[in-house]
Amino acid sequence: MENLNIMTLLPEIFLAITAMGFLIAGVMQGNKSTDVLCWSSCLSFVIAAALLLRIDWDTQYLLNNMLVSDKFSMMLKLFIVVGLTATTALSVRYLYFERIARFEYPVLIIFSGIGMMFMVSANNLLSLYMALELQSLSLYVLAAFHRNSLRSGEAAAKYFILGALASGMLLFGISLIYGFTGSLDYQIIASSLKNAELIAPGFTIGMVFVIAALVFKVSAAPFHMWTPDVYQGAPTSVTAFFAIVPKVAALGVLIRLLFEPFAMAESQWTQILYFVSIFSLLFGSFAAIAQSNIKRLIAYSSIGNMGYALIGIIAATPQGIGAVLLFLFIYMVMTAGTFSILLYMRRDGISLERISDLSGLSKTHPVLAYSMAALMFSMSGIPPFAGFLSKLFIFNAAVASGHFVLAVIGVLASVVAAYYYIRIIKVMFFDEPEDEFDGNMSLEKRLVLLFSIIFVVGFIFKPNALLDSAMSSAKVLFM
Amino acid sequence: MVVQAFAFYLFAGILVTSALMVITARNPVHSVLFLILAFFNAAGLFVMLGAEFIAMILVIVYVGAVAVLFLFVVMMLDINFKDLRKGAMHYIPIGIIIGGILLFELSMIYSYWQFAPTISNIDLPTDQFADVSNAQALGLVLYTDYVFPFQVAGLILFVAMVGAIVLTLRVRPGVKKQNISEQQARKASDVLEIKKVTTGTGV
Repeated sequence: MENLNIMTLLPEIFLAITAMGFLIAGVMQGNKSTDVLCWSSCLSFVIAAALLLRIDWDTQYLLNNMLVSDKFSMMLKLFIVVGLTATTALSVRYLYFERIARFEYPVLIIFSGIGMMFMVSANNLLSLYMALELQSLSLYVLAAFHRNSLRSGEAAAKYFILGALASGMLLFGISLIYGFTGSLDYQIIASSLKNAELIAPGFTIGMVFVIAALVFKVSAAPFHMWTPDVYQGAPTSVTAFFAIVPKVAALGVLIRLLFEPFAMAESQWTQILYFVSIFSLLFGSFAAIAQSNIKRLIAYSSIGNMGYALIGIIAATPQGIGAVLLFLFIYMVMTAGTFSILLYMRRDGISLERISDLSGLSKTHPVLAYSMAALMFSMSGIPPFAGFLSKLFIFNAAVASGHFVLAVIGVLASVVAAYYYIRIIKVMFFDEPEDEFDGNMSLEKRLVLLFSIIFVVGFIFKPNALLDSAMSSAKVLFM
Repeated sequence: MVVQAFAFYLFAGILVTSALMVITARNPVHSVLFLILAFFNAAGLFVMLGAEFIAMILVIVYVGAVAVLFLFVVMMLDINFKDLRKGAMHYIPIGIIIGGILLFELSMIYSYWQFAPTISNIDLPTDQFADVSNAQALGLVLYTDYVFPFQVAGLILFVAMVGAIVLTLRVRPGVKKQNISEQQARKASDVLEIKKVTTGTGV
């Protein structure tokens, strides 16, 4: 066991140990320690990020090739940790307002985070499956965290049943791939495909099942059915978490699968993703028009956004994957900012989630209204905000590899999507004002919002720093 | 060989029939009993493959724990399966259509299906462990080659336990609990009071 590079896994090991420690502390102290544990888990995410930055980013294979650690996985792990920090910070007060502050909340978030970090560095279909289950199981419990709410229970039941179905599809696909290539290891699968004269139909079927299961996890159409209901039913802080972090992990897994073991079957998977991407773009933009609940709206918007990300994958160039990484990060930041406002919205102690509840926000809370407007403009891809650039890079990559149809559909879909983003701005600025929200915005929400606004507005001045690191991490997959 | 073939067809035949009975039996308790029969026959097939460890696990875990649990749940929950079936009749036409499409697609695939060519890139684990028992072979790789999935499986079970507690544990105030040390520490002098009652006056 000479290549037992345990140091490379230090962030995950650190998080696992802290999670168990927090659980013990929680059992000793009871639910009154929830806020302390939430803040400590934020701190431990920051420490994990620091550890991630300290360790070696060169490609190395760990634990009998079960995991790979390279620039791509490190970059995604960093995104995941940043997202986890933001969502944990945003949810503390919400938990107390909704009277669901129990100490298991941060523990489950950390465990799902570990699952996601293992997912993006999986180098074997077995470790991929285990990591995916660790992540999903924690997410199912989090969706049901509001035990006394019927909606939360319904959301969790739907998510669990459909998620279990997706896991079943994944396992079925993995078993077919194992049968036709003789291994679960990514490199061996790739080399056995390279040696075969033609790709066996059985392998293609297995690959379709695996892709379908992962597309379910990123909630792209036509595997999106659970998204609106789960986003609406789950507690808003959990919705924020769902919208921000797991997608990064699932897309990371998908990208690595497509470009490492399935690289030889590119002509096959391009067809599937082409359809999925177009369907998500159209569905995400048209179905969102009729929504009146903001959480549902964000669900449909996330379906549409996954469509854009898939365009970058279909381009199948380092440029395209780099654009997807950048897109994911910008999407994460914008969503975090939006949820910091959403989680603050409550009147008479009841949290608000209808679009009409925002009416006249420009009179009652002008700063919030302008921030929200910037975020919505950015989401709809209007220059000079970050959302515009992220879409631009994706379309650029698509055009560069000749996918003009996809790029045109993407632009048209973003025009349709602009309608519902800008409708929110119209409601805030031109409708009759309603009463003010309860209390002041708490410090952590202000910080998240401030960071996200600075990023969204300022990204255009210095896009290269992030773009270059995204591109260089994407290049690793093509070596 | 004849004995082996006979045993295989016997196990396989009973397995398939009992699996069919699981979904067609009217009484859910009968379904579970058929499920147990199916598990036993599957275990028989595993023994024939030389996978005695999996066979034993199947019997112990599935028959011993899961199926018995099923049986308890089925007997304790008063579900009217007749009502459930009524709704199912409603969906039969669409089910037949979807099933037909799937059957068509499967036959299309089957028409040019190739079975995997001989796979050269793996060293079959059975070569390495030809002369050790199943359990020993598993033990040799479980904590070395597969230590990562093993550890993650531990984390998954841990999350499952935490999740079950999160979703079901309710702290109810005012529930009287037995406290044995307190009971033991009670003395007669703490709780008994002897009063002198004079005749005809009451307490």
